[in-house]
Amino acid sequence: MLTIEKMKEIGANTEEGLNRCMNNEAFYLRMVNLAISDDSFDQLKEAIEAGDLDRAFERAHAIKGVLGNVSLTNLFEPVSEMTELLRSRTDTDYSELLDRMFEELNKYRSLDEEE
Amino acid sequence: MPKNPVNNDKINRRRLILIVDDEQVNRELLGMIASTEFDILYAANGIEALDIIRKNVYTLSLVILDLMMPEMDGFEVLKTMQSHEEMAHIPVIILTSDKDAEVQSLKLGAADFIIKPFHSPEVILARIERTIELSEDRFIIQTTERENLTGLLTKEYFFRYADQYDRFHPEDSMDAVALDIIHFHMINEMYGRNVGDEILIHFARFLREEIIGNKGLACRLDADRFLLYLPHIEEDYQDFLDRINRAFDVFVDINVRVRCGIYANADKELEIEKQFDRALHAVSTVKDRYDEFYALYDDEAHDKQVFSERLVNGIDEAIANKQFLVYFQPKYDVSGDTPKIISAEALVRWKHPEYGMISPGLFIPLFESNGLIHKLDFYIWEQVAEKMRRWKEEFGAEINVSVNVSRIDLHSPDLEDFLEYIVTINDVDPKRFYLEITESAYTEDGDRVTQKIFNLRDRGFQIEMDDFGTGYSSLNMLADVPVDVLKLDMKFIQHLRSSTKNEILISLIINAAKALGILTVAEGVEEKDQVDFLKGIGCNIIQGYYFSRPLPEQDFLELLKEN
Repeated sequence: MLTIEKMKEIGANTEEGLNRCMNNEAFYLRMVNLAISDDSFDQLKEAIEAGDLDRAFERAHAIKGVLGNVSLTNLFEPVSEMTELLRSRTDTDYSELLDRMFEELNKYRSLDEEE
Repeated sequence: MPKNPVNNDKINRRRLILIVDDEQVNRELLGMIASTEFDILYAANGIEALDIIRKNVYTLSLVILDLMMPEMDGFEVLKTMQSHEEMAHIPVIILTSDKDAEVQSLKLGAADFIIKPFHSPEVILARIERTIELSEDRFIIQTTERENLTGLLTKEYFFRYADQYDRFHPEDSMDAVALDIIHFHMINEMYGRNVGDEILIHFARFLREEIIGNKGLACRLDADRFLLYLPHIEEDYQDFLDRINRAFDVFVDINVRVRCGIYANADKELEIEKQFDRALHAVSTVKDRYDEFYALYDDEAHDKQVFSERLVNGIDEAIANKQFLVYFQPKYDVSGDTPKIISAEALVRWKHPEYGMISPGLFIPLFESNGLIHKLDFYIWEQVAEKMRRWKEEFGAEINVSVNVSRIDLHSPDLEDFLEYIVTINDVDPKRFYLEITESAYTEDGDRVTQKIFNLRDRGFQIEMDDFGTGYSSLNMLADVPVDVLKLDMKFIQHLRSSTKNEILISLIINAAKALGILTVAEGVEEKDQVDFLKGIGCNIIQGYYFSRPLPEQDFLELLKEN
C-alpha cells in the first residue's frame, strides 16, 4: 500500500504534492495511484521502439505533466530528460532512460502491491 | 420560482467553470482545488469541451484549457471560441508546461496561464478569481443590463439570466413566451412616435408588475417584440393573453393588442436562444390567422418547416452531386392492334442522401413557391437532351420526350435561348422535344406568357398543354393559343364520365382538337376499361400505370428495345 512515508523514502516530494492537494492525504494517494497505473508509460516505450518520435514526445510530455503535479520527483526526472530530447526529436538511444523510468516507476508499483 | 433570478445573481451565485485536460490526474487535481470556490464541469478533449461550452454559453464563467490533447487540441478550441461571437466572451486560462506556447496562446486571446506542475492552490484560485472578475467587469462595461426606453432587460442579460435560472432550477417547468404588438408600426404612424413609445413603456411596466412579478424574466427583444421566461402557465392560454391585453385598457381611444407565441415546458437541453426561437416561430404562425391571437409551438409543424428548409437549401448540392434522377414514363399509341411506345414524359425524382427517395409532390411545390424551380427545370432539360443524344448515338433510338416547364420558367428571359442551346449542342431535333405547360399558365398569366410560348414554338419546340380542363379554358381558346398537344388527366375524364352528356362533351373536345390539328394524350390511365373508353372516343395516346409506371433510364431503355 502506498503511504506518504514510504513514498518520501523512494524520492517523492510529498510535501509539495500534498500541498497541491490541499493537504488531503487520501486524495493525494488516489492521484498518485492513478498516475502510476497509467498506460502512458508503456505507450511511450512502444512509440520509441517503433521510432515514432512525434507520438513519443506527445506521451512523454503528458506523463511529465502528471508526474510533476503529483511530485514524484525521482520518476519525473528521467521522463523530463526524455521529453526534452524528444521535443527536438533527437534520434538517440533511449533505452537507458527508459530503464531508469521503469525502475523508478516499479518502486511505486511494488509499494502499491505490498500488503 | 421562489426568487427572482435577477436578484440573486451577482452576489450569491457560485460561478461555473470548465476544466479541459486529457489527463485525469490533472483534471481532478485542478477540480479539487477549484471546487472549493466554484462549480466544475470537465472535458477530456477539445470536441467534448466545445460541446459543453456551446450548451453552457451563458453560464460558464471560465474555461481552463490544456493545450496538448489528442483529437482536438487546445489551440483549436481557443480559435473556435474566438471565432464564435457567443463563445468569445468566455475567458480562457491556458494550462501549459511549455513556455513557448504562452506567446502563441496570448496572441489567440487567452486571459492567463497556469503552469504545470501547478503552483500552490492559493495561487491557482487567485488567478481564476481575478480572470473571472476582469471578464465580468468587461461584460458590464460593454453591455447594458437594462434597455433605455422600457427599463426591461436587454436581450444579452435576459438570455444570461434565463440560462442561469435553468442551471439552478433544472426541475422547474418553464415556458418561453414571445409577444408582439399587432400593427405597432401603424400605431406609430397614426398617433406619432411619442404615443408609440408611451405604449411600449406602459406595456413593459405592466409586464413587470402584473405578469412577471417576482416569478420570471422579461425583455424587449426589439421594436415591439417582447420575451418572457416564466414558470409554466397553468391557466388557459386565452385567459393568459386576455390578462396581458388588459395592459392596454388605459388607452381608451387606441386599439392595441398583442399576439403571443408560447413554447410550453421548454426543453432545457436546448440552448436558451433556441427555446425562444421556438416561441418566436409560434408567434409567426399567429400572423397568418385572424381568429386566434396565440399559438403554441408545435413540434410537428416545426419539423415540417425544418424539412422544407433543408430541401430548399440542399438544391445546389443535390444538383452538384447528381441526386436528382430523371425517370421516364412511356406514352403508348393504342390506335393499332398492339400498343406501341411513341414517346415518354421525363419526370424528376430526388434521391436524398438522408431522406431517401423524395416524392416530387413534396419538393416541386416548394421550389415553385420560391422560384428555385427554374434551377431544377433547366438542369433536368439539360439532362434529358444529353440522354436523347446518347440514345441516338448508342442505340439509334430517336424518341419524342416531353419535359415539364413550370409557369415560373416562362418569366425567365433566357428561356428560349437556353432550350435552343441544349438541343443544338446535343443534336436533338426540337420537334422531338415537347414542352409541357400547365393550362392555367395560359389563362392566368396572360398575353406575355402566350407570346413566350409562341416564341418557343417558332424555334421548333412542340407545346403540350398539361392538365387541360382543370382551369378555365374553353374550347374556343384552342384556336388562338399556341399548342400542339392537349393532355387530359384521367381523373378529369373520369369525373365527366359520370353522365352521358359529359361523355359526349369529351369526345367533342377530342374531335375539335383533331380538327384543329391538335393531338390529345390521356395520362393517369390505370384500367382496361379506361383504355377502351379512350380508344372509343378517338384518344389514342395513353400514359399511365396501366401500361407502365415512370421508369429509371435503364429500365425504360430495356422496354424500348422490346418494343
